[in-house]
Amino acid sequence: MSGVRLLVGTRKGAFVLTSDGTRDEWNVEGPLFAGWEIYHLKASPADPDRVYASQSTGWHGQVMQRSDDGAKTWEPVGNEFTYDGVPGKHQWYDGTQHPWEFARVWHLEPSLTDPDTVFAGVEDAALFRSVDGGQTWEELSGLRDHPTGAQWQPGAGGLCLHTILIHPDDPQRMFVAISAAGAFRTDDGGETWRPINRGLRSGELPDEDREVGHCVHRIAMNPSRPDVLFMQKHWDVMRSDDAGESWHEVSGNLPSDFGFPIAVHPHEPDTVYVVPIKSDSEHVPPDGKLRVYRSRTGGNEWEALTDGLPQEHCYVNVLRDAMSVDDLDPGGVYFGTTGGQVYASPDGGDSWTAIVHDLPAVLSVEAQTLP
Amino acid sequence: MIRVILPQHLRTLARVDGEVSLEVQELPTQRTVLDALEASYPVLRGTIRDHGTAKRRDFIRFFACGQDITLDPVDDPLPNEVAAGAEPFRVVAAMAGG
Repeated sequence: MSGVRLLVGTRKGAFVLTSDGTRDEWNVEGPLFAGWEIYHLKASPADPDRVYASQSTGWHGQVMQRSDDGAKTWEPVGNEFTYDGVPGKHQWYDGTQHPWEFARVWHLEPSLTDPDTVFAGVEDAALFRSVDGGQTWEELSGLRDHPTGAQWQPGAGGLCLHTILIHPDDPQRMFVAISAAGAFRTDDGGETWRPINRGLRSGELPDEDREVGHCVHRIAMNPSRPDVLFMQKHWDVMRSDDAGESWHEVSGNLPSDFGFPIAVHPHEPDTVYVVPIKSDSEHVPPDGKLRVYRSRTGGNEWEALTDGLPQEHCYVNVLRDAMSVDDLDPGGVYFGTTGGQVYASPDGGDSWTAIVHDLPAVLSVEAQTLP
Repeated sequence: MIRVILPQHLRTLARVDGEVSLEVQELPTQRTVLDALEASYPVLRGTIRDHGTAKRRDFIRFFACGQDITLDPVDDPLPNEVAAGAEPFRVVAAMAGG
């Protein structure tokens, strides 16, 4: 029977949670890289034993790790992320220009077909690629060199490139998202990029049609319908039906349309999950109730999923990379909280169980379906 | 031999227990000792000094013979006791964060 491996990054190390296809019983291993911030781990779709991890601390900077045996053992690989050419400057919080400075790797996206190719989204925002299993990294500088680059401004979490989506049928097409610049698309394998933010409305921006400056928190797609994108923005849940050419709001009846993660059901492309939190100034669930909201209509109509989730005195957050789905049938949904819980739903969100309660604050959760 | 004491995270990363002993062919300075350290343990590149610029990371300090020598010029000779192996060169992760 196939199974699931959850790769969980936390503020103080990584954890690997595994289960068989029933997803009833879980084995918990960790912490790996104890004491380090693990922003993200992700396995190669082309080789389930190949896993990449981003490891960092404020003291020692960035380290990259690679496993070739399904997250059992790890070897450090290359950690040199050098911006291409003269890095130039972007906009700082106070409106002045600030030099581009590498801080950390936020997100790893392995190639869909080649285990040795992996993309890294970094802070300050840039996209890097390795074609040798993480030993060396090269910037795809066409993104950062976009004419709007000097206008990009960090969100509260930094100027981070946090989302990378690879089109499953057209490897030349990729989507990325940057806080607080917006979403971008390439149709030529990363050589050139253009903003895809038409239709986003960010209340603080006087120019409603501004090309960049939107605090996109996360984008998700179902691989069977890759030109339909769902976005959790700073405020607003958005949808695009044309690969990002235009967006429309689908927040509908959500109690709050502020949040960080968004995920799409593995087999139902119109089933979408978000975790609303109260506001930009209060990153906690409304009313102290941890509720995942599910739309089965591609947005606008949302239902609260509460079975197994705390419905009083709950004030945790779910960060942008901390929600994931598996590929099993029925589809499983998973998320981790800043309170250290990792919740699993093997039935598409109908019911939830905490696999673990007391991990360090969870930064990321990736569900890997095992053959 | 130059003795180097690393902070815990770097000992784990380099997979060493206790002190590290290094042959340093040139005059022992911060720069030459760290060059030798990184040559012996490439995994430490970028974790004490930045890639490219070799600039010390902000929360790293260097001690020798009970003195904080972090801000000494990187090409100044280390104390004789360190050069003779009687005292270690300490790489310290500064108290910061949580």
